[in-house]
Amino acid sequence: MSSHFPAIIIIAPLIAGFLISLSSLANRRFCFPIAVAGLGIAFYSSIGLIVSVFEKGVIQYRLGGWAPPMGIEYRIDYLNAFVLIMVSGVAFVNIFAVKKTAERDLPEKLGPFYSLYVLFTAGLLGITATGDAFNLYVLLEIAALTGYALIGIGSGQNSGRAAHSALNYIFMGTIGASFYLLGIGYLYIATGTLNMADLARVLPSLFGSNVIMAAFAICMTGLFMKMALFPMHGWLPNAYAYSSPAAASLIAPLTTKVMIYVMIRICLFVFTPAFSFEFINIKGAMVIVASVAIVAGSLFALSQKSLTKMLTYIIVAEVGYMVGGFWLGNKEGMTGSILHIANDAVMTLCLFLAAGIFAYKIKPRGEILIKDLGSMFSRMPVTMGAFVVAGLSIIGVPPACGFFSKWYLILGGIKAGQYWFCAALIFSSLVNVILFFRIFESAFFGSTCSNHEHGSAHETGHHNDHEAVIDEAPASMLVPLLVSTAMLIVLGFGTKFIVTQIIEKAISGMI
Amino acid sequence: MKKFAVILGLMIWGGLLIYIADDFPGWGDPQAPASVNLSPYYIEQSIPDTDVPNVVTSILADYRGFDTMFETAVIFTAGLACLFLLRSYSTKEPDVYLYRHTATGVILRIEKGGTIPVGSADFERIDATWVPHDLIIKTTCRLILPFVFIFALYVIAHGHHSPGGGFQGGVILGAATIIFAISYNLRTATRNITERFAAFFSAAGVLLYASTGVLCMFFGGNFLDYGALAPLFGTTIAGARSLGILIVEIGVGMSVMAVMSSIYYNISSNGRLNEGL
Amino acid sequence: MDVLGYIISKYNYWGFVLLMMVGMYAMIVKNNLMKKILGMNILQTAIILFFVSTSAKTKATLPILEHGHGDHAIHAVDYINPLPHVLMLTAIVVSVATLGVALALALKVYKEYGTLEEDEIFEAQKKKLNPEMQEGEVNS
Repeated sequence: MSSHFPAIIIIAPLIAGFLISLSSLANRRFCFPIAVAGLGIAFYSSIGLIVSVFEKGVIQYRLGGWAPPMGIEYRIDYLNAFVLIMVSGVAFVNIFAVKKTAERDLPEKLGPFYSLYVLFTAGLLGITATGDAFNLYVLLEIAALTGYALIGIGSGQNSGRAAHSALNYIFMGTIGASFYLLGIGYLYIATGTLNMADLARVLPSLFGSNVIMAAFAICMTGLFMKMALFPMHGWLPNAYAYSSPAAASLIAPLTTKVMIYVMIRICLFVFTPAFSFEFINIKGAMVIVASVAIVAGSLFALSQKSLTKMLTYIIVAEVGYMVGGFWLGNKEGMTGSILHIANDAVMTLCLFLAAGIFAYKIKPRGEILIKDLGSMFSRMPVTMGAFVVAGLSIIGVPPACGFFSKWYLILGGIKAGQYWFCAALIFSSLVNVILFFRIFESAFFGSTCSNHEHGSAHETGHHNDHEAVIDEAPASMLVPLLVSTAMLIVLGFGTKFIVTQIIEKAISGMI
Repeated sequence: MKKFAVILGLMIWGGLLIYIADDFPGWGDPQAPASVNLSPYYIEQSIPDTDVPNVVTSILADYRGFDTMFETAVIFTAGLACLFLLRSYSTKEPDVYLYRHTATGVILRIEKGGTIPVGSADFERIDATWVPHDLIIKTTCRLILPFVFIFALYVIAHGHHSPGGGFQGGVILGAATIIFAISYNLRTATRNITERFAAFFSAAGVLLYASTGVLCMFFGGNFLDYGALAPLFGTTIAGARSLGILIVEIGVGMSVMAVMSSIYYNISSNGRLNEGL
Repeated sequence: MDVLGYIISKYNYWGFVLLMMVGMYAMIVKNNLMKKILGMNILQTAIILFFVSTSAKTKATLPILEHGHGDHAIHAVDYINPLPHVLMLTAIVVSVATLGVALALALKVYKEYGTLEEDEIFEAQKKKLNPEMQEGEVNS
């Protein structure tokens, strides 16, 4: 069975999605266990995959039994296997946390919700595993469509805004995906093949051609839209902020990171570094764009009053980190960039899980403002503690993992002589310090905020004493949060292993 | 002002695309890379490999069958997404019911708390926007619908030899449902093809596709390698592939038909399913 | 004339670029969400047209093999390239699915705001947001 892992990792969640939809016709209680089983199998196979990659090197899996250029091939190497673990792990941990929120927000639509949840995961896993450029487009659309639906449902009083921002997301997402498809079309018209490895073999002889240049530019523009790089980030903040917390904590950590993975895959394994870094000279320009994205994202984050909006702008800044690190074009920058894909996914997961818990406990129907978090330490010590750890990691305090990827990024920046990029990184870290310490301070010393919506909160509302009742979230939400917090530290301590055993092997021969 | 800026930008962009098109092979050039690379293999090997003369079908459902499975999953997702976004299960009773006596055409208006007329077989519930049935439209639709259904089944089954297949046939089936819903009304349509029926078939069709692939894994092939099913069907490998394609096309047809009806139901009635056209 | 010959020899690309520009124009400039959705559909159609036009071959027929079960040899030059057709079948399905979801969302927006004009929606959002904020200010 282990030889089938590359297929199982995709089809387990896919079939789980169909089964959930069928079983919800009979009984809604079956939905959650099936979703857990599907994601569990996917997570298990992702671990199995990285083990066999360690043993045997690159794994190729022929879907339908056809040899690569004719059929579709799945190709798992160190880079894929690493991202696959990240995606399936985040989705698996998160599903336990969203159960309560989903049951409260969407009691009648649990079946479709879990079904869309696992299909979204299946799409992202497929994007990561595939070795076929067109197959990637189809999977991109699966992940996008499920994402539109999950965001568009919204929750409480935000549902109108959620639908409107999801519609904007559809426009941007469709332009992005169409551009990617057009780029693939240009490649196809010039080479006649769609397999990534085959493209990488054929392309070097065609480097001078305008068509290839245009294909690269169009593909990249599409992917930049999909990953919300700064001037094209417009869809992201509203879409993530107004969606239901149950959907946000799945979509926010994964979508942008997987898109950055796709950019790395296309640049390194389709166009090859000889084209992406040497033949066309956009390295410097891209690093500048990324630096602007970092600064702009941080400044926008600083101006927000709502917690989730602030977190979404942090995502915009982090996209800049990873894009910039990649386009530095040296080993350190790329290591930092790939490392940051996983680190940032876990950090974002942790922050959004904590935000989801705050939303669940204090403001189920609206967006949480930063001032609502007053004296949260005494009320929800565990959640706030996890939030602090994640915040410190975003700022870049060792031993949390955020420090290490930032370290590699800055090293790469210095080595490449891109001091503006380093300056932007440091500036963003400083802004993050302000952002998070503002919250920590009011959560620690601040007074309990008075505009709670529910009766139980009103009773303690105006008492400004430190004997506030501890009112933690249910264990099913806390355990995933604590797991992801622990992962932040574990990833931090495991940095050396990840860098030497996985990332260096993933990019060996490329730089 | 914004308009002109956008037009200018698009002109520049379009000009660049046209400039690049200069390097493309001309219209219908048989020596274009896309025509000499890879595609001759499909054309020449389709019959030996899969026993299917329609090359589009053999690529769609076999060589690139994995794409097509996800394509069906995209359709399924769209149906699910419309249901998820729009369907409202509120059991709030409407303030006013309208009933129409079928024999005389008298319309009864029953306010909250009133009772439904006795012998309700003579009465049908109608919407506020109800219009009298048009005899011509109704009869014509009733006459052509059976033929539409048969033609759709033919398109699904004959996809191996002529343009057609699961998607096309499924869309025709879905269109037949929609014509039925338009010519009568939504309530009649949902009585015949219920929401549960649509939900069941949209998932079951694509599940049939995926489980065919899984079955191949149990017979020792890769995922979706229908050739491995040859011992099950008792045919040659090419024959097994041909039959495998037929099975997945049927699954696709089921799914597409159910999803088309489901999307129409939800969008036309704003998710309430008891009101609407 | 040379220019005319140039345009005619590549008219499929001209068509696709033109359609694409129309679609993008509608998506960027139009204020009505429904028109934007239509623009999105036109954009996707443009790309479908582009792909399908690459499959053309002169003096070739559609890729359904005649005499499929006979002994005649099959030459690839006699049949047009089937692969783009397959790919575009997928893209058509994707564009239909996207259209469906977009319409559902537009319906939801309309239910909430009673309009599909984007500026009116923004106004309604501001109106809805402001009283809330002021109330919040007073309370704290």
